[in-house]
Amino acid sequence: MAAVKSSGALVGNRLAITAILVITIVFLAPIYWIASTAFKPRALATTVPPTVFFQPEITPFIKLFVKRVQLTKPVDPAVYEAAPWWEKRIFDNGERVLRTGPNVQLSAYPSRFMNSLIIAITSTVLAVGMGTFTAYGFSRFKIKGEQDLLFFILSTRMLPPVVVAIPMFLMYRAVGMTDTHIGLIVLYTAFNLSFSVWLMKGFMDEIPKEYEEAALVDGYTRMQAFFKIVLPEAATGIAATAVFCFITAWNEYAFALIMTNRRAQTAPPFIPSQLGSGVIDWTVIAAGTFLFLLPVAIFTFALRGHLLRGVTFGAIRK
Amino acid sequence: MAEIVLRDVQKYFGAVHIIKDLNLTIADREFVVLLGPSGCGKTTTLRAIAGLEEISSGEILIDGRPVHDLEASNRDIAFVFQLYALYPHLTVFENIAFPLRATGEKRSEVEKQVREVARALDIVHLLKKRPSALSGGDMQRVAIGRALVRRPKAILMDEPIGALDAKLREDMRTELKRLHIENKATSVYVTHDQVEAMSLADRIVVMNEGILQQVGTPTDVYQNPANLFVAQFIGSPVMNIAKATLATEGERSALVLGENGDAFPMPAELKGRLTARGGPFGDLKIGIRPEGVLVAHEAGEGFVPLEAHLIEPLGAYDIVDLKVGGSFLRARTRSGFVSGPGERVFARLDETQTHFFDTKSGQSLQIRLGA
Repeated sequence: MAAVKSSGALVGNRLAITAILVITIVFLAPIYWIASTAFKPRALATTVPPTVFFQPEITPFIKLFVKRVQLTKPVDPAVYEAAPWWEKRIFDNGERVLRTGPNVQLSAYPSRFMNSLIIAITSTVLAVGMGTFTAYGFSRFKIKGEQDLLFFILSTRMLPPVVVAIPMFLMYRAVGMTDTHIGLIVLYTAFNLSFSVWLMKGFMDEIPKEYEEAALVDGYTRMQAFFKIVLPEAATGIAATAVFCFITAWNEYAFALIMTNRRAQTAPPFIPSQLGSGVIDWTVIAAGTFLFLLPVAIFTFALRGHLLRGVTFGAIRK
Repeated sequence: MAEIVLRDVQKYFGAVHIIKDLNLTIADREFVVLLGPSGCGKTTTLRAIAGLEEISSGEILIDGRPVHDLEASNRDIAFVFQLYALYPHLTVFENIAFPLRATGEKRSEVEKQVREVARALDIVHLLKKRPSALSGGDMQRVAIGRALVRRPKAILMDEPIGALDAKLREDMRTELKRLHIENKATSVYVTHDQVEAMSLADRIVVMNEGILQQVGTPTDVYQNPANLFVAQFIGSPVMNIAKATLATEGERSALVLGENGDAFPMPAELKGRLTARGGPFGDLKIGIRPEGVLVAHEAGEGFVPLEAHLIEPLGAYDIVDLKVGGSFLRARTRSGFVSGPGERVFARLDETQTHFFDTKSGQSLQIRLGA
């Protein structure tokens, strides 16, 4: 009964709520800053103190996607009138869109973003796929030197990755894998694999082996039993592992910066590289960053049901 | 349906010898129960038959065909697990249909067979549910349905009702018996519960420490235990086992129980029978079930006066601990027959129910008096 709750408990409760509020604000502040800057007119982006109330616009996103240069002379009013709405915004900013013939030249951002997607998704699929099979093997079969092998797999993560960046770069250059998609995919897969094996082994160990044994005596091969029984049972673990692997690959900066510069460059090294080109337009940087945050947010949100169960796996399973 | 033969089966886990030289023939349509304490190798034996465990040496034949090199999936055997092992992500219907899907059975045929089995087990109303929504008893029914649906050569059950509560266990026991009578599937059933074993089995296989102790019908195993282990493992309350010394005086002979215990008269033929089995009798032990200890209020031929020490009323009957020397002899009496501790009564050992064992080997001397 609420009425008989001790005042001590009430104070504790309020303190907890306050703490949660403070933590939430601290965590959300940078995201709010980036998101709001992405929708600000350029003039308001760097005001001190920061502008909180403003008319949001999507000009920064238009700028993000097209190549443009400073206007050297005022726009011909006829040209301005004929331009589509989004191009008018560029003109309003004292710039014009670069075209090859009638086609708008896209900025490098979309291709860098695509690179990020391709590399992160492929390496996640590979790391989780291989990790799942490996973990299954470790979990279900007697393997000679199992503990040593598992430790060896884990040991690949004991060194900060940046330490090996230079030798890796030299090796990649020697075999011509710098600035290739496959290069980064291999790198990120190797990174995530040890993590994936360890995490998946935990999940596999939790699945009673009787399920597979039941499938085996029911007339299925071990492979069929794996796909029909073990995989669906491990879905939670696979989702959790995939989210972690994807986040690691998506956010990776150091290797992407060293290994790529154009063709296979991902978004993380690309966005700050825009800082150097002349006058800094913080709204465009913010727009690029804001879009970059979305895939992880969407991916995590889509798998949230699995994730929550995944994190509390051992606790709630009967 | 099939005959299962185990020939010289050995199984090691590392250095541990789990199954020691097991020979067993399970006849077609027979219900055999593997009974023994935990760790006796009974489950390993069952899993070896199913193909879930490889044997170290020996042969396993199903219908005359050696199967020990076959995968579990190719042995055409069903297995019911103690914790049911129902696939949590599939509905009850899909769980039961699962073995049929492996054979690529037609959709309509699968539907028909699943419904048939579900009707027999009275679980039609559960078909759309997930295992997590079922009670323990229903889960076990589904697991049994999954085993029956394929009409396998044999059904192997590993303590299938061990996780249920007492009442449900009794119901399921009756149901299993009915199902076996209806389906006539060769069944091998593992349990450590002797009541289950006695009530279900055509034949009981008693195992201990990886060694087969005795094979026989429930009555046979109960009435003629092959050794001390079986004698004490089968039957509740437990059989009285006591060190005994044969005392003879002319024509009359008696058994002195324990150290300086009372002497219970025995027929004169006992000495001759023991001699024939290779006395002397320093290492003799006798076993007698509580119902073989006859208790009376009046002295009589062969009765010895004893003091009642403890009375356990069990409803239908009482178990009375009678003081004999330094230990106790448990007798089964009519309810309320002995009024209380300390009462003097008279007891006699029914020689037809007395078993004789060699202490060293633990083996029965196969002496049944008056028979």
